[in-house]
Formats: sequence, C-alpha cells, structure tokens
Amino acid sequence: MTTLPQDWFIKIDALRSAVSDWLTRSFLPIWLPNLAVLLGTLLLALLVWQGNRSERWATAWRRLRGDRLGQAAAVVASLFLVVGSLETVVFPTETGSRTLLQMLLSGIPQEKGYAAPMATHALSVSDPKPLFTRHILGTDALGRDTLVQTLRATRSALWIGGLTSLVYIPLGVLLGILAAYYRGWVDDLVQYLYSTIAAVPEILMLVAILMVLGKGLGTMSIALGITGWVGMARLIRGETLRQMERPYVAAAKAMGQSHWKILTRHLLPNVMHLIVIKFVLGFSGLVLAEAVLSYLGVGAPVGTPSWGTIIDASRSELSREPVVWWNLAAASFALFLLVLSLNILGDALRRAFDPKSNT
Amino acid sequence: MFSYLLRRLLFFVPIVAGVMLLTFALFFMVQSPKAMAHRVLGPKATPKAVELWLHNRGYDKPLLINQIPDQPWHDSLFISQMRRLATFDLGRSDVTGRPLSEVFRQGALPSLLLTVPAFLAGLAMSVGLALYLVFIRNAAADLFASLLCVALMSVPVMVYVIFGQYLVAQVFNYFPAFGFQLNGWSTAKFLFLPIALMIVSGLGADVRLFRALFLEELGQDYIRTARAKGVSSAVVLLRHVLKNGLINLITLVVASLPFLIMGSLLLENFFGIPGLGNVLFTAIQMPDFAVVQASVFLGSLLYLGGLLLTDLCYAWADPRIRLH
Repeated sequence: MTTLPQDWFIKIDALRSAVSDWLTRSFLPIWLPNLAVLLGTLLLALLVWQGNRSERWATAWRRLRGDRLGQAAAVVASLFLVVGSLETVVFPTETGSRTLLQMLLSGIPQEKGYAAPMATHALSVSDPKPLFTRHILGTDALGRDTLVQTLRATRSALWIGGLTSLVYIPLGVLLGILAAYYRGWVDDLVQYLYSTIAAVPEILMLVAILMVLGKGLGTMSIALGITGWVGMARLIRGETLRQMERPYVAAAKAMGQSHWKILTRHLLPNVMHLIVIKFVLGFSGLVLAEAVLSYLGVGAPVGTPSWGTIIDASRSELSREPVVWWNLAAASFALFLLVLSLNILGDALRRAFDPKSNT
Repeated sequence: MFSYLLRRLLFFVPIVAGVMLLTFALFFMVQSPKAMAHRVLGPKATPKAVELWLHNRGYDKPLLINQIPDQPWHDSLFISQMRRLATFDLGRSDVTGRPLSEVFRQGALPSLLLTVPAFLAGLAMSVGLALYLVFIRNAAADLFASLLCVALMSVPVMVYVIFGQYLVAQVFNYFPAFGFQLNGWSTAKFLFLPIALMIVSGLGADVRLFRALFLEELGQDYIRTARAKGVSSAVVLLRHVLKNGLINLITLVVASLPFLIMGSLLLENFFGIPGLGNVLFTAIQMPDFAVVQASVFLGSLLYLGGLLLTDLCYAWADPRIRLH
C-alpha cells in the first residue's frame, strides 16, 4: 500500500503518453490507418445492407429519397468522408510515408510565403517575387497551398468524430439499455454516474481532462467520449423504458428467451434508428468541439492540420497589411459546410424515421 | 414545499461527493503531483524548487492514507483535499498564490455585465422570432428561416467573433474592438459588440428549439377549442400558445441562469473582459490547475443550483404542479 503512489504514477504516465500520442506520433504500424478506413467502409456497407432488410428502415429510406435537401447534405458529407479517407490512407515511400491525398495533389508546388488567391506574385509590398504557379485559394505563412491544407485538415475532424463515436456510442447504449432493462440498482447506479458527470459543465470537464491528459487527437476523443455518453445513455434509457411496455418484450419473455437475446434481438434493433440519428447530429457537435478545443490550446497539437488550429493562426493574419483572409475563410467555410451538412442530414433522418416530429 | 427542498438537497449530497472524488482522481491520481509541479514551474525547475512548491501546497503528503509512523492516518492529500472542498474553500491559485474566492468574486461582475444583457435580449429576440415563425408556419419564409437557424448553429463561436471584430471595429471603426473599463455608462461601449455576438451565436439553436416547443403547443386540444369558438389566430398565438409555451420554456432556460456568472470563455478572451471566462482561459494557457479544479467544483454547484431553481419555477408557473 505504501508503494502504491510510485508504481501507480509510473504506470499511469506510460499509459497517458501512449494514449495522447497514438495518432500524432507514428509508432503505430503503417497499415493501421489503412485498416481503419477499410473497416469503416465495411461497417457503413453493413449498416446500409442491414437497413434494407428491416421494414422501418426501408420506409425511412423511401422517405429520404423524397427529401432533396437531405440528399444534398448526404452527398456533401460523403465527399468530406472521401477526402478524409484519402488523407488517412498512407503509403510508404523513399522519403517517409505519405498519404494518398498528398500523392494525388503532389503536383502543387510550395511557395516561400503568403500568396493571395489566384495571384501571380508573392504577397509582399517591397519585393513581390513571381510564384511557381497560381493557387486557387492562395497559400499560408509557409507557402503551402491553402486549399490542400484545408482538405488535409478534414482528417482531424473526421478522426475526432469517428474515434469519439467509438468511445461514447457503445458506452452510452450499453449503460442506457441495461439501466432500462434491469431497473433496480443497475438503473440507480447508471443514473448516479451520469448525474455526476452531467453536473460538471461540459466545457470545464473537457478542459480539465485535456489539461491533465495532454494534447492530442487520442486524448481529445477520450475526453469528448467521457462527457458525450451521458446524452446517449439518457436517450436510450428513455426509449428502452418505453419499448419495455410494448407487448413484444413480454412475449419474448414469456417464450423464455434469454436476457441477452431480448437485449440484442428485440430491444437494440428498435432503438437503432435513434442511435444513428444521434450519431449524425453528435458528429457535427464533435467537429465543432474539435475546432473550439484546438482554438483554446488543449486540442490538436502543433503540426496536425486542423481547422481549429488554422483559424487560431489566422487571427494574427487579419491584422496584417495587406490582410490575409483566405486561410481563415477556407478553414471556416470547410468547417461550416461539414457541420451544416451533418446537421441537415441528421434532421432529414429524424424526419424520415418520425414524420410527425416538428423540427 | 420545505420537505421537498430538503429532500432535493439531500439528493445533491452524493452528486457533490462524486464530483469531489472525480476532481481528485483527475488532478492528483491521473497525473502525479510532481508532474503537475513540473508543468507549472517548467521542465527545467530544480528538484528543490519542485519540493518547495509541493510542500507549500501540501501536495507532498501521502496520496490516500498516511502510513508514516508517528503521523496521524488522516494527514493525507486525499483527506485534506476533501476537507477543503467540503468547507467550500476554493484554495489558492497555483501561479499567483491569490485566494481563488477573491479572484472569482472580482471576475463575477464583468462576466455578469456581459452575460445578463445578452441572455435577456437573446431570450426576448428568440421567443419573438419563434412565435413569428409559428404564425407563418410552413410558408416558404418559415422553411427558409428554419434552414437559416441550422446554418447559424453550424458556425463556431470564434468565427463569429473574428468576423464581427473585423467588420465592426476595423471597417466601421465605431466600437472598440478590444478592452474593458468599469466606468459607469461608458462600459457599455466596450460591451456592445460582445453582447451582440453572444446573442447571434446562440440565436439559431434557441429559435429552432422554441419554434418546435410552440408548434407542439399548437397541436393541443385547447387550441382547437379556442379556434372553434372564433378566437383569431393572432390572439390564440399570443394568449394561449405563448403563455403555455413559456411554462415549458422556463424548464429549459432557468437551468442556465446560474451559469451566467461563469461568463463566456471565448468572448471574454477575445475582447479582454476580465471576467471568470477570462480567468479560466488564462488558467488553461498557464497552466494553473488549482483554478481549473476550483472551476469544476464551482460549476457543478451552479448546475445543481440550476436544477433546484427549475423545479421551483416550474411549480410557480404551472399551478397544476405541487412540490411535496
């Protein structure tokens, strides 16, 4: 017992540095991100395939087909997904590993410093040197193409959204469904847990966790997951309580089906649509949170392209003469577009599953 | 009523205890006090300076239970921290050494000057707009406005601030872009822009929520009765929908009242307003763990206060509800 602190802290420190660095430093095998993209694609395909077999999903799909706005949002969100995946897939080359997106866009040369959109000469009052090429959205302080940097930053946003969802959705769904199914002390315990976490304002909780755990995409998704499961658990608990009163649950129980089977075969499919809607709407919130946390200085570490860090850096650019506005505009617009399309898609899904809802 | 309040307060005790345990685990068990000292003092601090820093704060005590002979078992970091929080002692800043209760008291006024007007004006505007959208419901303008609300929700606060600051301060050059002076009415000119930005950044989500709330009220039976006896739609909206919708609205809004005192993290930093949001922002940059820890504790107390306030307001606004 007396030796606990030393041992404990050594172990915890090792775990902490492993978690906070796991995405930003490349001690992971190179094939892992590629595998993640592959698995993500398979998961998405499985969801669509499963969805077609269920009647509720088929009806919702039909309604979604009539929703032009929802379809447009789905297309935009998928484009971001493709760009983020291209930036995730890495290939080993002679000069270190490079992502697929970098290889596709490798024809765009790097300039010496700022260049305005479509300018032929560098942004300098005293000595405007000619540029190698025109850049559609200009270049940043290091002369990198703004459009390319903005596209590359998609990866951070998608990784944060995806990893956090991997943390909070299983946790929230499991605890919510168990609390509603077993009631009694399980319910009391789950309610106590989420009341305690909800009692701390979300931003304070995030800041506190990130300050202690350190910067990084890995730690950020853990912090967002710890605060995020509460909403999911509440939602699923409420809906499961409602489903428990439906006759099919009583019938399944009367037929002597096991708890596990009732939970996975009967209750889970009936709350699945809520999980998907919450996942899409939650994803937009996570993308916004990533930008704000990176801006606060507890998010993405230096060197990771992220919309939050680009926006943060562009604050000083606005007070330059002539004004450098394109980095801010590009990052803000990309962020806005992704969040907006996810919000619209989430609303369209909600309408498709529940046409009577108001929003 | 009194027994209800007492029961509610008793229900809060385990939650506050849980938050206390959570902060202790986070700040003292996930990272060692020594690592914390190094992050405050810098990686090159001498071992002696670190030891002094730890000793001055009592962080060099055994973590959970004191097992050193000749010392009382309760002289440990865990028990002293719990005792400190249980007596609502917020401690001192890690960086400046000032008592945090004093720091927070000083920051409360500028924060309230920013958040209270923004809250009141924002609430009035979003209720008005939502009511109007319900009045013209399903018209093209209503659908467009709903879409606009989603668009407003999709912009991060700092983008609003950067664009707002740039447009208003540098192009129109009328309001100061930065700075704060507590000096009678002239304070207002520093606060105008942050208040306006705070309203705009919250407007989209609020209008959407209130619109849904009022639409739900519109589907009730008593509305059909009112329409059937010939009440005009404007009167139905203002007298019936607004009044009954406000009852539901209170439950959503009142819970956020205590948090007005915390100010706004991003806006206060952008505009140099020395409120609690700015205190926290500085603490994040420093880093000052004591400030963040105290804010977490204070924030949870404010949240629970908000819950209590919601119950009371609900009972006050809706005569059908009795608290016992």
